[in-house]
Amino acid sequence: MLSNIDNKEVVISIKGLTKSFGSLAVLKGIDIDIQKGENLAVLGRSGSGKSVLIKIISGLLKPDEGVVKVLGQEVDSLSAAALQALRLKIGFSFQSSALYDSMSVRENLEFPLVRNKRDLNKNQVNEAIEEVLNEVGLIKNINQMPSELSGGQKKRIGIARTLILKPEAMLYDEPTSGLDPMTCIEINNLILKVQEQYKTSAIIITHDLTCAKTTANKVAMLFDGKFSTQGTFEEVFASKEPSIRSFYDYNFMNHP
Amino acid sequence: MPPYEWKEIINQCYSVGYKSLPLISLTGFIIGIVFTKQSRPSLATFGASSWLPSLISIAIIRALAPLVTALIAAGKVGSNMGAELGSMKVTEQIDAMEVSATNPFKFLVVTRILASTLMMPILVFYSGLVGMLGAYMNIHQNELTSFTAFFKSAFSTISFLDINASIFKAIVYGFTIGVAGCYQGYYAQNGTQGVGRAANTAVVVSMFLIFIEEMIIVQFVNAIR
Repeated sequence: MLSNIDNKEVVISIKGLTKSFGSLAVLKGIDIDIQKGENLAVLGRSGSGKSVLIKIISGLLKPDEGVVKVLGQEVDSLSAAALQALRLKIGFSFQSSALYDSMSVRENLEFPLVRNKRDLNKNQVNEAIEEVLNEVGLIKNINQMPSELSGGQKKRIGIARTLILKPEAMLYDEPTSGLDPMTCIEINNLILKVQEQYKTSAIIITHDLTCAKTTANKVAMLFDGKFSTQGTFEEVFASKEPSIRSFYDYNFMNHP
Repeated sequence: MPPYEWKEIINQCYSVGYKSLPLISLTGFIIGIVFTKQSRPSLATFGASSWLPSLISIAIIRALAPLVTALIAAGKVGSNMGAELGSMKVTEQIDAMEVSATNPFKFLVVTRILASTLMMPILVFYSGLVGMLGAYMNIHQNELTSFTAFFKSAFSTISFLDINASIFKAIVYGFTIGVAGCYQGYYAQNGTQGVGRAANTAVVVSMFLIFIEEMIIVQFVNAIR
């Protein structure tokens, strides 16, 4: 179940964000604030710049203009060391899961942990790994290689790899894409569990309206490089705007 | 800057060095035999067959061992680095390392360049040794020269400068292969096609640079000889 947000502390703040690739303007002025404990679902067509948005937030891409602040720090102006320190507080779940395919599940989780929490001994590292694997329900897969996992398991291990650093903000890139409905439900439940247990704020990039409805406190529609509408799921999809209606109708199979 | 990636450096040394040994052994041995077989008739014409060990040692130590080993390593190690890092790049594994507050450049690139730079002199030394053994076997078969006599004759013409120059070449070639392979892989783009291109370009660029470097180093060594 979604957590109620009554906290005014802003975790992610975006003002006037623009980004172009050559002559192609992808983001044309994004403004949004995400409060502590809030999940925001960003919806939009393929190529509308949703993934670019979270890559800018995590510092993987540089914005052309605008200010992106995470936990009060302006991402674009941080030194390499400060950005690295900030990234410890931001979890990023990739669309492709991006598990290190030459490492086992245990090594995938160990990799960021031992490099960032160097004071932990071997037992503490093992405990932390087992704890997050229990959270995502995949402790039995600890010694498997990524190639031996299903798509849904890879997504959950990808999320576990970010949780091991105890992030304060989560960025999910298409968490349910390419998964069967039952696995989608499991991932949606996991996103909610993360929000509740780790008190994270999150941006969830998705095409999946069920995912947005289930996991997000707020929904924003990204059209033509801007947020055309934002609000609760019900507020956004009460709109008669044709692009929003067609998005809704297609997702809920009300199409011919 | 800590943490130092010792484990990954050792892994890469194993991959670059130990796993290249079968190929290096085979090519080194064959080069030793073939070069001896091809050189014998010419020297025999002038009644200079006894110079065969000296000629072979000069050819192998000064030129063949470093150059052939480097070209083989460029093909095997360079393409491997280009493809591996390229694949990691297009599947967002490098981005995943970056967002999890680890330095992918240090873990993936520095370790590989260090490993290829450190392992290449060992491979060149080994290749030279195997080549000389191949040459000895062929000479022993034809001229019944003893092992001691062969190596005494072979090394009588090899100077300290020749050995140092070979080690220096190996270091330069190893560094070149590491940099070219990692650069092409780390900046690969456009999916699987980009991975193939990265592997291919890594080999082509490495080989091209190795030949250029060989020419420059030979000029330099000859100038100070």
